[in-house]
Amino acid sequence: MRPRTPDEEQAWTTMTIEAYADTIIPGEKRSSDDRAIAGVSTGGGAVAAGAIELLEWDATGLSEALGPLATALNDHTVVYAAEHELVLDESVPPFVALAFEHRTALVDRLTTPGHPEKPLWVSLALFSNMAFDSAAHMHTADAIAAGHPGLIAMGIEQPDADGLWRFPQYSYGRPLARLHPDTTPSGSPA
Amino acid sequence: MTSTESTDVLVVGSGFGGAIAAYHLAAGGARVVVLERGPWLTGQDFDHDFKLGSSYTRAFDFVVGDGMSILGGNCVGGGSVVYFAAMPRAPRYVFERHGSIGRRMWPAAVSRDTLDPWYDRVAESIPITQQDWNDVSYAGGLWAAACNHAGRTANPVPVAIDTTKCTNCNWMMAGCRFDAKQSLLFNYLPAAVAHGAEVRPLHEVQKISRTDDGGYRVHYDHIDAEDYRIRHESGTIDAKVIVLAAGAGATPVILQRSEATLGTMPRAVGRYFSGNGERLNTAILNEDRVRDVLGLERGDGLAYEANQIGKGPVVASWDRLDGSLPEYSRFSLEQLYFPPGLGTILAQVPGATGTSWFGKEKKEILKRWRSWLIIFQMTEDDNEGVFGPPPAFGNADRLSQQMLGVGPLKYDPTPNTLRGWAEADAEVKDILERDGLAEVAAWTNDVVGAYTVHPLASCRIGDDPATSALDDRNELRGHPGIFVTDGSSVPGALNVNPAMTIAALAERAVPGIVQAAQRRGVDVTYGAPAPDGSTSGRRGALPLVPSLLRH
Repeated sequence: MRPRTPDEEQAWTTMTIEAYADTIIPGEKRSSDDRAIAGVSTGGGAVAAGAIELLEWDATGLSEALGPLATALNDHTVVYAAEHELVLDESVPPFVALAFEHRTALVDRLTTPGHPEKPLWVSLALFSNMAFDSAAHMHTADAIAAGHPGLIAMGIEQPDADGLWRFPQYSYGRPLARLHPDTTPSGSPA
Repeated sequence: MTSTESTDVLVVGSGFGGAIAAYHLAAGGARVVVLERGPWLTGQDFDHDFKLGSSYTRAFDFVVGDGMSILGGNCVGGGSVVYFAAMPRAPRYVFERHGSIGRRMWPAAVSRDTLDPWYDRVAESIPITQQDWNDVSYAGGLWAAACNHAGRTANPVPVAIDTTKCTNCNWMMAGCRFDAKQSLLFNYLPAAVAHGAEVRPLHEVQKISRTDDGGYRVHYDHIDAEDYRIRHESGTIDAKVIVLAAGAGATPVILQRSEATLGTMPRAVGRYFSGNGERLNTAILNEDRVRDVLGLERGDGLAYEANQIGKGPVVASWDRLDGSLPEYSRFSLEQLYFPPGLGTILAQVPGATGTSWFGKEKKEILKRWRSWLIIFQMTEDDNEGVFGPPPAFGNADRLSQQMLGVGPLKYDPTPNTLRGWAEADAEVKDILERDGLAEVAAWTNDVVGAYTVHPLASCRIGDDPATSALDDRNELRGHPGIFVTDGSSVPGALNVNPAMTIAALAERAVPGIVQAAQRRGVDVTYGAPAPDGSTSGRRGALPLVPSLLRH
C-alpha cells in the first residue's frame, strides 16, 4: 500500500476524531456513505455540533495533538480488534472500521481510571461533549440562532434581543416547605 | 539591572482572603499591593456566552488532579465573582470536628461563638439577603416541595445578591452582568483601592524569597490577557509582610515552590486538602408527577422544565446538619444550577449499568436537560488530599488558553468520605425518587476524579504543628510575617458553602497581620469600619481583638 499523501493523512485524522466524538455524543449519518458517524442516534451529535471545529481551534490546547491522538487511537484499535478477533475494513481508519459498541468499549477502556493515557482521552471527550452542550467554538446566541443541534436538543431558551438572558417569570411564589427549626435570625444553620 | 519595587504589605490573590486583608491594611495606613493572576473584569465584561474566551472561561480555573479536580476563580475578586453567592454560616458542631486526626482539628480559640462576631463583620460589609419564597426559583421551589413531600425541611439560603437587580439569568458562573451579585468588586476591593491599595491583574506569583533586611521578595510573571499559557516579563516586589490568598489550589503550590528559598515548610503545607466533601447528583424530573404529586404549576402550562432559570443555589435541606449524628453522616443538600460547558459531562444515566457518562443513552438524557434538577451535596471528607511536587509555573500545567490545566493534587477518598457520599446519595434518592417524581444518578468520579468548587484546608490553621501549617492567627509556622487567609486556612469540610467562613476567618486574621506589620516598622493601625462606613460589626468584634495579638 502506498503511503498516504498529506491531504489523505489529514482526512484520516479527521475521520478518526469524528468517530471518537460520535462515540461520546452520537448523531445521525450525514449521508448514506458516512463512515465516521456510526448513525446510532437520530438528530445531530457531537460532530454535527462542531466537535472538529472546536478541537481544531488552538484555544483548546488539543489542535496540535489531533494527528498523534488519531494515530494512537488507531493503534489501540488494532490491538483491541486482535483481542476480539475482529477483521477491520482497511479502506477506513481502524477506529472508524469498528462497530459502535466496539468503539464504545474501547473509549471506555481508554478513559478508565488507571489507564496511563486517560487524561488525553478524557480531554478529547470533554471537548467533544462541550461542542454539543455549549457550542464552545461559537457565540452562544449565534449558535442558537443557527439551530445548533446540541443547544436546540437540550432546549436552551433564546436570549433577549440584546443577547442577554432574563427570566421575568422564575418562581412558584409561595412557601413550599417548613424551615429547619434551628435556623438562626441571620438565616443560617445554628 | 532593574530596581526592585517595595511596599509594606504584598497580598497574593484578590478573592475573599486577599481583598479583606488588603482593605483593612490599606485603610489602616499601610502601602498595599495586590497581585492577582487573573484579569480585572466588571459589569459589561461579563458575557452571556459559552464560547471559549468569554468571561465564562477567562474568570475561571479548572484544574484536573489525580482523584480530585478543582474549579476556582481566576480574576480580580476571585471566587466572589464566579461563585453562587450562598453565604450561610457553618453549623456549630463543625468547629468540634475531629476529622482524620482523632482530636479537635480547629484551634481551641475558634468556635462558632468566637467566630460569630467576625461573621457579623462580613455580613455588615457584604450585603446578604435572606431570600423569601418569592425569590426562590422554580428549581429551588421544586427541591423545597420535594423535601416537604418527603417529610424534610428546606430553607431558602442567605445570599450576597441584590434580588431587585437579579434577572434569574443563571449566568452567575460567568460573573454578574446586572451587578446583582454583591461580589468583592462592590465592597472590600473598591474600598481598598480608595485607601490607596494597588490591584494588579494578570500577575501570577511563582515564589517567595527572603530579603537581607528580614522582609520578603515576591517573584511574579505577567500573564497574557488572552492566552494564559503565554508568560510575559517577570518581576519582583519586596514587602515587609506577605498575605498569601491565592486559593486552596494555589497557595500551597507557591509555598512548596518557595521552599528552596524560604527554607523548610511546615509539614501540613500541601496536605490535609479537603474538597468540602462535595459531590453532585442529577435528578431528571417526570413533569407529570411534579404536577400531580407536588401540585406545582408555573402558570404557563408547564410544571417545571426550568433548569435554565434562576440564580445558583436558592434552597437547601439542612435536616442532616445535626451535631448528634456521627461524623461523616452529616451533610447539606442544596439545589444548584450547573451550566453547560462543565455541567453535563459528568452526569450519568439513572439506572444505567456500566459506563454512562458518554454515549447513546447520555444523549437521550441531555434531551431532557430542561427537566434536570442538580443537587449539590456538602459532606464531611477526611482531608485526604495531598499536593505533589509543584509544576514549573502557576498551580497547573495549562492545556487550554484559559481555564483548563492539570495540577499536582492527589485525592484518594477514604472509607469515611465514601460512606458520607453514599449516605448523601441515598438521601437524595429517597427524597426525589419518591412517588416517581424523578430518576436520580450521581456524577461520576471516574472521569476527572471527585469535583469541588470549594477547595479547602491545604494550608490550615490549628494548634498542632504536625497537622496545621498555620498557627491560630493564620501565620505560617516558622516564617514570621507570612500570613495565609484564603480557603486553604479553613481546617476542614464545613457541610455548607464556605465563602462566609473564609471571609470571617480573614477578618479575624487582620488584627494579627496589622500587629506583625507594626512590628516590622509599618505605620498602620487596626480598626477600619465596614467598607461602607458602618461600625456596628467593628464594635462587636472589638472585645476579641486583644486575644488575637502577641504580647
